[in-house]
Amino acid sequence: MSARVGAEEVGRVAELAHLELTAEESGRMQQDLNAILDYIVQLNELDTTGVEPLSQVNELGSEGASVCVDENLRADEVHASLDRRDVMDEAPESNGQFFKVPKVIER
Amino acid sequence: MANEIHQKTARSLDKVTTDYVQKPKSLSELHAGIISGKTKATELANSYYERIAEINPALNVYLSLTRERALETAGRIDELAAKGDVLPVLAGVPVGIKDVLVAKGAPATAGSKMLSGYHPPYDATSVAKLEAAGAVILGKLNCDEFAMGSSNENSAYGPVKNPVNVERVPGGSSGGSAAAVAADMAVATLGTDTGGSIRQPASFCGVGGVLPTYGRVSRYGLIAFASSLDRVGPFAANVRDAATLLSVIAGYDTQDATSSRRPVDDYAAESDKSVKGLRVGVPAEYFGEGLDPEIRESIERGIDHLRAAGAEIKQVSLPTTQYAVPTYYLVATAEASANLARFDGVRYGYRAEGAETLAAMYSRSRDEGFGAEVKRRIMLGTYALSAGYYDAYYRKAQQVRRLLAEEFLTVFGEVDVIATPTSPIPPFKLGEKTDDPLAMYLADIYTVTASLAGICGVTVPSGATQSGLPIGMQILASHFNEGTAFRAARAVEAAQG
Repeated sequence: MSARVGAEEVGRVAELAHLELTAEESGRMQQDLNAILDYIVQLNELDTTGVEPLSQVNELGSEGASVCVDENLRADEVHASLDRRDVMDEAPESNGQFFKVPKVIER
Repeated sequence: MANEIHQKTARSLDKVTTDYVQKPKSLSELHAGIISGKTKATELANSYYERIAEINPALNVYLSLTRERALETAGRIDELAAKGDVLPVLAGVPVGIKDVLVAKGAPATAGSKMLSGYHPPYDATSVAKLEAAGAVILGKLNCDEFAMGSSNENSAYGPVKNPVNVERVPGGSSGGSAAAVAADMAVATLGTDTGGSIRQPASFCGVGGVLPTYGRVSRYGLIAFASSLDRVGPFAANVRDAATLLSVIAGYDTQDATSSRRPVDDYAAESDKSVKGLRVGVPAEYFGEGLDPEIRESIERGIDHLRAAGAEIKQVSLPTTQYAVPTYYLVATAEASANLARFDGVRYGYRAEGAETLAAMYSRSRDEGFGAEVKRRIMLGTYALSAGYYDAYYRKAQQVRRLLAEEFLTVFGEVDVIATPTSPIPPFKLGEKTDDPLAMYLADIYTVTASLAGICGVTVPSGATQSGLPIGMQILASHFNEGTAFRAARAVEAAQG
C-alpha cells in the first residue's frame, strides 16, 4: 500500500502545528498517520453528494436538538473579570503586567 | 440474589481480584445521616481522605487533593445542620472532579505535563454548582491527557488501575472518575465525555455514568478537547444518584453560549417512573462482529428484563454506525488541533528552557509538554484541516456526521430509547493496546455515535463476565430526554438484584 503521507509532509504538518518532532517521533508519526488514514478512507464508500456538512448539532433542525446560539448570547455589558495579578501569576515568565517571551524580531 | 452469589464465586477464582471495590452509601442515606446529625460532614470528609491515603498509591486515582477547601465546606454544612437549617441536596457529599475541569487554586493538569504548575484562578460552572448544592470537593481525578484516550494510559502521571482488577485498565478518558466511585474514594464524581469518556469507564468499573445532551451542562471551566462534542457529566454508584447529580449541574450558563435555556427536569423523579409501554429500540449494528459473546449475552438478558418490566422491544436499524469511528476521529482531532493551539508556553503551564526565538519556544514547549497520543491527534487534525485535504477529510466527516445524526432522529420517531452494549470488549489489560492507536480507537465503536449526534445516554452496570469483569449497558435517548434514559436504566439496574 502506498503511503498517503510522506516524510516531507509530516514535517510540513508538524510545522503548521508548531510541534518540533524528533527524528524518531517523525518516523513513528508517519507510520501511525498512514495506518489511521488508510482506515479513515472507508468514508469514501458513502455517497454524500448534496449533504450539508454538520458542524454543530444545533444545526440539526430537530426541535429537540435546537440550542440556538444567537438567542443565547448574553447582554453586552461590562462585568468584573479575573484579577489581573491572579492571571499573570500563572505565566511561566511575566513582569506582572506583560507576558515575557523570547525575541520576536531580529534587529 | 443468585446472580450476586454467582458473581462472588466467579470473582474468587480470579487471583488478581482485589479488595478495593466498595459501594458508596446512597445520597438519600447520606442526606438522612447529615440531617439527623448522626453523620458529621467533616468526619465524613476525613474518613474519605483516610481511605484515599490508604489505597490511592495502588490505584493512582487522585492527582491532587483539595483538603482545605473540602474541610471548609464540610464545616459550613455541619454548622447549618447544628442550627437545624434546611440543607441542600448534596450537603456533605464527598465528590471528586476530573482534572480537566478547573477548581480555583487547585492544580489543573488535564493529565498533561503541558499544564504542570497551573493553578487556575476560577471555578468551572459544574464544580461551583456542585459546591453550591453542598457537595464537598475532595480533589482532582486522574484521566487521559487532555481527555484523549480509552484506557487512562495516556496520563502523564501514570495510569489509573481498575479497582475490580488492578491488572486491567479502568477505561478512559475519565478513568479516575469511574474508579473513584467503584472504590468508594468519592460518593460521586464529575467526568467528561467527548467520544465515550464517561460511558466506557463507567462500564469498565461497574458504575453508573451519564452523557448529558449537548448543551445540557455548561462547559465553562472545562479544558476544551473538541468543542462540538465535549460534555460534562456525573458518575455515581446507582442510577438515581447520577440523575440527582445531573439535575444539580445542568442548566443555562451565561458563560457558555452553547448551554441550553431549557428548564432542567427532576431527573431522579423521572427515573422513578415505570417503563411500562416504553419503546426500546435494539439496533443490530451494535451486536455484530467484534462483540464479546459474554457481553452480548448480558445485554440481551438486560433487554429481556426491560421486556419483563413492561417495555416494548423493537428492532431498529442505524446503518451509518459502521462509519462512526472514522468520522469521529476526523471531527474530534480537527477541533482538538485548533483548541490545543492555545498551549504555547506563554500564559500558563510548561515552557521549554533555552529557546532563542519565539517560534522555537512554541514548538519546543509543545513537543516536550505534550504526550504521544496528543501529538498524534494534533497532527491528524492539522493534516485533515490543511489546504488540499479539507474537503476530502474534514468536510466529508461533517457530511457523514449529519447522516448519522439524522438517522438517530428518524429512529427516535419510532422508539423512546435505544439499548446497546457500551463497549464491545471487557476491560483489557494494561499495556495490551498501547502500541496500536487504531485498535484503541475501535474500542469506542458503540459510544462515538451518540457523541456525534449530540443525544444523551447512560451506562448502567449489567453484571460481569465469568472472570468477574464488569459489563455495562448503554441506554441512549433523544436530545434532552435524559429522564427517559434514566427510567430504562433504573429498570435494568433493578433486575441486577
